[in-house]
Amino acid sequence: MSAAAPVSASPVYTRENLAVLAARVEAAFGERLLGKEEKTQYIQFSVKAADAHDLARFLKEEPALGFTWFVDCCGVDYQRYPKAMPERFAVVTTLFSPALGVKAQVRAFVPAANPRLASLCDLFAGANWTERETFDLYGIVFEGHPDLKRILMPDDFDGHPLRKDYPLRGRGERGAFPVYHAVPLDNAPKEGEG
Amino acid sequence: MYSYEHEIEERTENTVRMNVGPSHPAMHGTLRVMMEVQGERIVRAEQEIGFLHTGFEKLGEHRSYNQFITLSDRLNYFSPLNNNIGFAIAAEELVGLEVPRRAQVIRTIMAELSRLADHSLCVGAMAMDLGAFTSILWTFVEREKLYDVFEAVTGTRLTTSYTRVGGVAFDLPDGFEKRVMTILDSMEETVEKLRGSFYKNRIFLDRTEGVGIITPAEIESFGITGPIARSTGKTYDIRKYRPYLVYNELEFDVPVYTQGDTLARYKVRLDEMDQSIRIVRQALRLLEPGPISALDQKHALPDKMSTYTDMESLIHHFKMIMPGPDHGLNPPVTDLYSATESPNGELGFYLVSDGGSNPWRVRVRPPSFINYPIFSKLLEGAMLADVVAILGSFNIIAGELDR
Repeated sequence: MSAAAPVSASPVYTRENLAVLAARVEAAFGERLLGKEEKTQYIQFSVKAADAHDLARFLKEEPALGFTWFVDCCGVDYQRYPKAMPERFAVVTTLFSPALGVKAQVRAFVPAANPRLASLCDLFAGANWTERETFDLYGIVFEGHPDLKRILMPDDFDGHPLRKDYPLRGRGERGAFPVYHAVPLDNAPKEGEG
Repeated sequence: MYSYEHEIEERTENTVRMNVGPSHPAMHGTLRVMMEVQGERIVRAEQEIGFLHTGFEKLGEHRSYNQFITLSDRLNYFSPLNNNIGFAIAAEELVGLEVPRRAQVIRTIMAELSRLADHSLCVGAMAMDLGAFTSILWTFVEREKLYDVFEAVTGTRLTTSYTRVGGVAFDLPDGFEKRVMTILDSMEETVEKLRGSFYKNRIFLDRTEGVGIITPAEIESFGITGPIARSTGKTYDIRKYRPYLVYNELEFDVPVYTQGDTLARYKVRLDEMDQSIRIVRQALRLLEPGPISALDQKHALPDKMSTYTDMESLIHHFKMIMPGPDHGLNPPVTDLYSATESPNGELGFYLVSDGGSNPWRVRVRPPSFINYPIFSKLLEGAMLADVVAILGSFNIIAGELDR
């Protein structure tokens, strides 16, 4: 059998700590919060783009909270969404606190005219690729990101496919995709030579 | 023409640039690593992904919730059932739908069988990458038996599409319990055989022990979950953290190692297979007759046979399937993040709903995409031969990495 003894002391979801989290964040941020909503297993805080980095830093570095575990970061486009939203784009970051046993979500609203936001790469290494993906698919620029370039789409692609105004079938890129040849066509062996 | 020349162009003395992938037998799918090598030692490495980008998240916005389940098969194609179940749970949490007990027990059994299939491929392929060909033959035999069971239950081997929002598509076939019990016995033997072959194997230990060490602080900062996190002393497992399905009624342990190296990741997977076998044996005893899909027909599809014979069911079927105003699932206008424990770690779905039949936004939080970025960091200072050892222990699936 295996050498190490299996243990089952996984952090356990503790619903009571959601109130602790809400109270701490409200005391520190108060009017800077655009909204707060308790979901099935976490609390979602909505803020303006300028406050997102401060809130993430507070969640991570406040000793009583300890949201040190990065979970996810993604974008949302609310263009023509049935409910009125403060801005067109949102960047949603999910964090996990092993000490409290709860998750927290920061939803930062980013204006369409100037989609810019402070990068969380200085706080979480996991933000690097997820922010690159959000930049790639939504065109939201993360200031202070060490290497902000496309990740899923080709480097020479034009446009941001997950925006609502980008058509499902594309803008004809598929048919007009440039073809790269390993050997330049001029040097390729002529028919009958090979 | 696009040029790759700018990648790693500032080089130190006496180094050579080396490219592996995207089409290379050691790279498990379509991964590409660009390395700067000094002799056999890697000085710097850079990863490139996106070669299998399929646009599932965009496509999901134009498909209904039940249709997305067929797309979720193609995320992690080594354990499609876990993806089906993860998405169905997310959609059910969004509308607040209660799933009948039999469906929950069936889902638990299928999720664990799928975890066994995924882990058995990973441990087999990892040892094969290191030159031990026998192990993949052993594990493939077991995986093949499991796939026969999946075929008997879901009708397909790979793209199972087994769950529906509110339950599962088909009930279990006759003789399911007996068949699974036989497979579990032989699976247990194979796991023991793998332990006997590798735990004291000098060659295997030299290639894996102390190679690619990840620290607990890196785990949290990168957000890594699953077997990789549990090889560094982290105990986070969503089946224990927030038990979904019937996991709170089942007795099982979370295997944890503290070394954080490639060997520990291999051992965690083998121990998890033991625990999955234990879970399935217990869950089979919980199977009782009952409905396999929710009876709330405003949100769950009716039984397929009754749509042919019963007017009421046909109307509900039409309302759920056909496009039109107020048709489909109609969840409240809200957003929700929901996560389950897939074989590779936390599989999350962040759904934004506009109240219609299609989701407004489907964000898949695939474990592979979050686990993979640390790979190039681990390669710095490692030997060239370690690339395949470390990559094999990560079990990166290009389908969910690039989506």
